[in-house]
Amino acid sequence: MNHAMSANSISDLHQVSDRLAHNAMRHVSERVIEMLLFAAAAVSVLTTVGIVYVLVSESIHFFQNVPIVDFLTDTQWTPLFDDAHYGIMVLISGTLVSSGVALAVAIPMGTVIAIYLSEFANPKVREVAKPVLELLGGIPTIVFGYFALLIVTPLLQTIFPELPGFSLLSAGLVMGIMIVPYIASLSEDAMRAVPMSMREGSYAMGATKLYTAIHVVVPAAISGLAASYILGISRAVGETMILAVAAGMQPNLTWNPMEPAATITSYIVQVALGDLPHGSIGYQTIFAAGLTLLLITLMFNIAGQWLRRRYREAY
Amino acid sequence: MQPMTTEQIRVLIARGKMKDTIFQALGIICLAIGLLVIFLLVGDMLMRGLDRLNIEFFTEFASRRAHQSGILSAWVGTILVMFVTAMAAVPLGVAAGIYLEEYAKRNWVTDIIEINITNLAAVPSIVYGLLALGIFVYTFGFGQSILSAGLTLALLILPIVIVSTREAIRSIPAMIREGSMAVGATRWQTCRYHIIPYAMPGILTGVIIGLARAIGETAPIITIGALTFIAFLPPVPFTATGADGVSAGLFDWVMSPFTVMPIQIFNWTSRPDPAFEINAAAAGFVLMGMVLSMNAIAIYLRYRMRKNIKW
Repeated sequence: MNHAMSANSISDLHQVSDRLAHNAMRHVSERVIEMLLFAAAAVSVLTTVGIVYVLVSESIHFFQNVPIVDFLTDTQWTPLFDDAHYGIMVLISGTLVSSGVALAVAIPMGTVIAIYLSEFANPKVREVAKPVLELLGGIPTIVFGYFALLIVTPLLQTIFPELPGFSLLSAGLVMGIMIVPYIASLSEDAMRAVPMSMREGSYAMGATKLYTAIHVVVPAAISGLAASYILGISRAVGETMILAVAAGMQPNLTWNPMEPAATITSYIVQVALGDLPHGSIGYQTIFAAGLTLLLITLMFNIAGQWLRRRYREAY
Repeated sequence: MQPMTTEQIRVLIARGKMKDTIFQALGIICLAIGLLVIFLLVGDMLMRGLDRLNIEFFTEFASRRAHQSGILSAWVGTILVMFVTAMAAVPLGVAAGIYLEEYAKRNWVTDIIEINITNLAAVPSIVYGLLALGIFVYTFGFGQSILSAGLTLALLILPIVIVSTREAIRSIPAMIREGSMAVGATRWQTCRYHIIPYAMPGILTGVIIGLARAIGETAPIITIGALTFIAFLPPVPFTATGADGVSAGLFDWVMSPFTVMPIQIFNWTSRPDPAFEINAAAAGFVLMGMVLSMNAIAIYLRYRMRKNIKW
């Protein structure tokens, strides 16, 4: 009996060691899989590194030919002419004017929709309205460009007969409509995160819904609202196709939305549509323009993060 | 301050309620404008483009004569580019999402990856086009091909896929993981047999929303230099392509020049001849149909998911 038991335990031992060997294999494959997954996550960091590398390295070539002072102060942008000027302010003015028009539409509309959905609308309306907004946000920008050029511009021309066929105004207005869903949806999330007890306190004091929304909920959610506005600004500054289609592409240093003008983004499209040889100075201008664009959006994002930290209310 | 009479208080209340009503009306008007824009857009494109929406429109190449032009190369190009985009973005995005939720330790490396994903979502799409022009087109030598375009759009939608994967995984309760680990499953086995299947509907929703975004992207593809006038299709695998009679390989099509729907529309809207506006309208209607139906599927999936949560 004793003998039988020890034979048993030996075979047990064999089984255990088999299992251990199997476990070791499992351990190796687990490590390999973890490494593969990490590599996938690292791709996003590589993307950023790639963006910065491409923009900076091509821009360095550009700035070896064009002094940075000229780039920032020249009032003409004619990189493809014989008498070449590289004044980025021309493109920046178009970008800022069109973004200004867009935000003048998107921030009030988006905020009103957000307040309405979070404070007034019953859940059924919200269930319908949110997908509708999402659909609006999902419309391709090229289709919005078509809308601006062939529907909104003629409509505006009946009100302002002197409006040219291409203008920053009509492109900006349509851009505003495009941005509304982003602002509305993020702002609504921020306001819904405000605890119910704060509203109840306000109602108990006899405040109306609107008074509560404006004086209690909006101030409490202000950091979230600011974040949504910043995202809207980033979208407006980076928007390309609406401007390329409806704002005309001629460089024009102007602060008047009734005029046509090129923006940083539409200039890049214009060059890409042509046939510039790789490595020429004209080719490098689009990277210098792209770097400027990235720095502008980065500036707004940093400002947004600062605002959020500065005005964060914790409950 | 004088105490108010009942009458004054009534007036005050009525005024407050009035303001509430006015604001509600304002909110509904703003929402209605959004809805109106969608209807106006779809309606206008349908009315204008109705004559062109026939079989020939889908089976003809673009042409100099507006009424003979079709979108064959554009819709084929769009489908092929989306295929490459999905093949690249889905495995990468899902793997990154799983890593960040299930494996990543709380340290500075993870922090950098997370901050980076948030910031990438705010980078303008045309900047991805410049990245692709410098890296895919010239450094890797992919040229102005379907492969370059597909990879560019994949990088563009990667943050969307990662974020939706993470959200889907986060909604799975810890007891599922604990149960799996308790019967001796490794971490990967837990992911493979429990986490991924349960997160599938959420991941799928994110992938569809990402692809719906990619399908309408124009700027990055123009930037890498996609041609606007293409009157041929990419080579079909294992068929003779040119006069030399050599069969195309299985993956030859990925290196082919191409055009996509948004670029075709852009090309038509930027022509002075108004006859091409009709083509742009018809093609825009088709593109809107693709995008809206993809979004509708995503919204429906999410709705089903919310109803079917079992835990």
